[in-house]
Amino acid sequence: MKLKTKLLLSAVAVSSVLSSSAVLAQANEQFIGLPSYRVGPYASGGSGIYGGWIDYMNLVNARDGGVNGVKLSWEECETEYNTARGVECYERLKSKGASGNSAFMPLSTGITYAVIDKVAQDKIPLVTIGYGRTDASDGRVFPWVFPLLTNYWSQSTAKIKFIGQREGGMDKLKGKKIVNIYHDSAYGKETIPLLDVQAAKYGFTVVHIPVSHPGNEQQSQWLRVRQEKPDWVILRGWGVMNPTAIKAAAKIGFPRDKMVGVWWSGAEEDTVPAGAAAKGFITAGFNVAGTNYPVIKAIQDKVYKPGNGNMEDKARIGSVYYNRGVVHGIIAVEAIRTAQEKFGKGKVMTGEQMRWGFEHLDIDAKRLKALGAEGFMPDMKVTCLDHEGSGKVKFQQWDGKQWKVLTDWIDADKSIVRPMIEESAAKYAKEKGITPRDCSKEG
Amino acid sequence: MQFFFEVLIGGLLSGVMYSFVALGFVLIYKASGVFNFAQGAMVFFAALTFVGILETGVPFWLALILAFGAMVILGIATERIVLRPMVNQPPIALFMATIGLTFLIEGLAQAMWGSSVRGLDLGIQDEPIAWIMDATDIGVSKFDLFAAGVAAVLVTALALFFQYTRVGRALRAVADDHQAALSIGIPLQTIWRIVWAVAGFVALVAGLIWGARNGVQFALTFTALKALPVLILGGFTSVPGAIVGGLIIGSTEKLAEVYLGAHVGGGIDAWFPYILALGFLLVRPEGLFGEKHIDRV
Repeated sequence: MKLKTKLLLSAVAVSSVLSSSAVLAQANEQFIGLPSYRVGPYASGGSGIYGGWIDYMNLVNARDGGVNGVKLSWEECETEYNTARGVECYERLKSKGASGNSAFMPLSTGITYAVIDKVAQDKIPLVTIGYGRTDASDGRVFPWVFPLLTNYWSQSTAKIKFIGQREGGMDKLKGKKIVNIYHDSAYGKETIPLLDVQAAKYGFTVVHIPVSHPGNEQQSQWLRVRQEKPDWVILRGWGVMNPTAIKAAAKIGFPRDKMVGVWWSGAEEDTVPAGAAAKGFITAGFNVAGTNYPVIKAIQDKVYKPGNGNMEDKARIGSVYYNRGVVHGIIAVEAIRTAQEKFGKGKVMTGEQMRWGFEHLDIDAKRLKALGAEGFMPDMKVTCLDHEGSGKVKFQQWDGKQWKVLTDWIDADKSIVRPMIEESAAKYAKEKGITPRDCSKEG
Repeated sequence: MQFFFEVLIGGLLSGVMYSFVALGFVLIYKASGVFNFAQGAMVFFAALTFVGILETGVPFWLALILAFGAMVILGIATERIVLRPMVNQPPIALFMATIGLTFLIEGLAQAMWGSSVRGLDLGIQDEPIAWIMDATDIGVSKFDLFAAGVAAVLVTALALFFQYTRVGRALRAVADDHQAALSIGIPLQTIWRIVWAVAGFVALVAGLIWGARNGVQFALTFTALKALPVLILGGFTSVPGAIVGGLIIGSTEKLAEVYLGAHVGGGIDAWFPYILALGFLLVRPEGLFGEKHIDRV
């Protein structure tokens, strides 16, 4: 045989061995597509969240050898927080891996709305942790959508509970005035009806003041706040709107410890640019900041020490967004684990099996401790009826350098939120011709 | 009445902030007839570069000089790579080129310095001046007054530069007629490089002022949106027009938001300046201080 032919045949043999082993490896890997945003206007948030998430998956692979022997694999697709790109990423990622994308978690309400009809057809769970469509908490109407941990309405009721606590009881809210400064978008407007209901229930006055996107100039809005003389201000901001609001509050002399932000206003990215003006500012959060948790220490030890960490700036480990990414990782991995308990340990789960896993997630206090995440995130139990699974938030305050936790987990006022969710979901079901599932018949 | 004056003063001072960005547009348009879509991205690039250098431990003034140096390099590179190959192309082609340049500069800034949001402290508190507050109950921010002072110095310096230096006169000649300027030996490409470098300096000043207020982050690119109605009102070719336009836009948008916004659901300050500018455009298309364009048939 000529040398050239020999070389050619050897190359073919080696490549076929390599490719078959790659196929075998892929066959035993659980694929998670990550529609991340690391460039563009919201890159600072995206890089933190997806960095923490990838670090947690690396930890599970390095420390545990995957989930019951099934290694996790992932691929990022850059969305730039742009809905059109997000849909493109959804399509690109959906068929990747041995059994397709395990879950689509876009970290964008716009992308969530754009793919909400597609996920049911493609049988891919759509998981939105702390954002997305609030009424999708009704799992009877939205079997493929999981707005996990807490939604905006739950958070809003927890905020009023917190303000009530600070005032010395819910009865003390009577006669108070609260200004709701909100991003003038669907996201910003979402809590207006709920705040109106709460105002009527507790007897306080609520004034809604919109801020147009992007919110980098808010002088007129805060002069109106000065005119209104409120007792509290709720900040429902996003991006540059947050530090601008904090600075504008300082400019009119409004006390920052009477400002309560949404969890998308409560990261270091919102307070550091505001400098000294941010001291005292309070926000809600479904995860806390800090590195003093076993799960973060394990990441530092098993992922960063060998040099496999995802974060370029290691000072951001333990930041609010980074830890939020770790929460995303924990939930995704626990859903795989839950699904494997039912459909077979050591097997790669399909989209349908993953949906079952998410719907039966039960991360109680014991499990949180085992995960090294006690106090780091709330306990949760998802059911067919309740795709939110928790509703608890903590409140934290910026001390000028870092976030300090102010409260224990405060639960949502489900007596207000749940009927509103069911009403809205029923309306959606009627519009779309969906027959809600009978949860008593679900396995 | 006291509240009216507070809104008015606040609006005038925030208008000065818009003028900073508008000035960069004016300089480039004046000298080359190019509407530089990338001005907002230049503001972002300049501020991020300054803060990035500052973080390495370099003193403030040296960081300022180095950031200005980076803006000069960016200006020269823009002239060499983007503008020179497009000489004699229609203005729309040059405009499209600056759109491409926007994405390039935005990406370059984040690739060089990362995507983290940074704070910037210029040492001036953005809080009301106590004695004015005590005497009149009107809040006037120290930082706003500082920004107004910087704007006054900048505009005076630019006016003197254009009026009394050789380069300034050459710039005005190029602005009047490219071909006539070339025919008497004015080096067009050198002039363009100088203009882009000066616009880079203005972007740096704008970036520092806006960055100190809202943080150094990608959203600095959005400041350009605030400058557009200022330009329409003040005229694309007038430095004083950028200032006066800023003052008018800043004050009217604040008054409109406070006194009309409450009756129509609020949030009108985003579009009110554009409506005002559009109305103005119908009456005086060249803007308040812009040069009247007359074509002889």
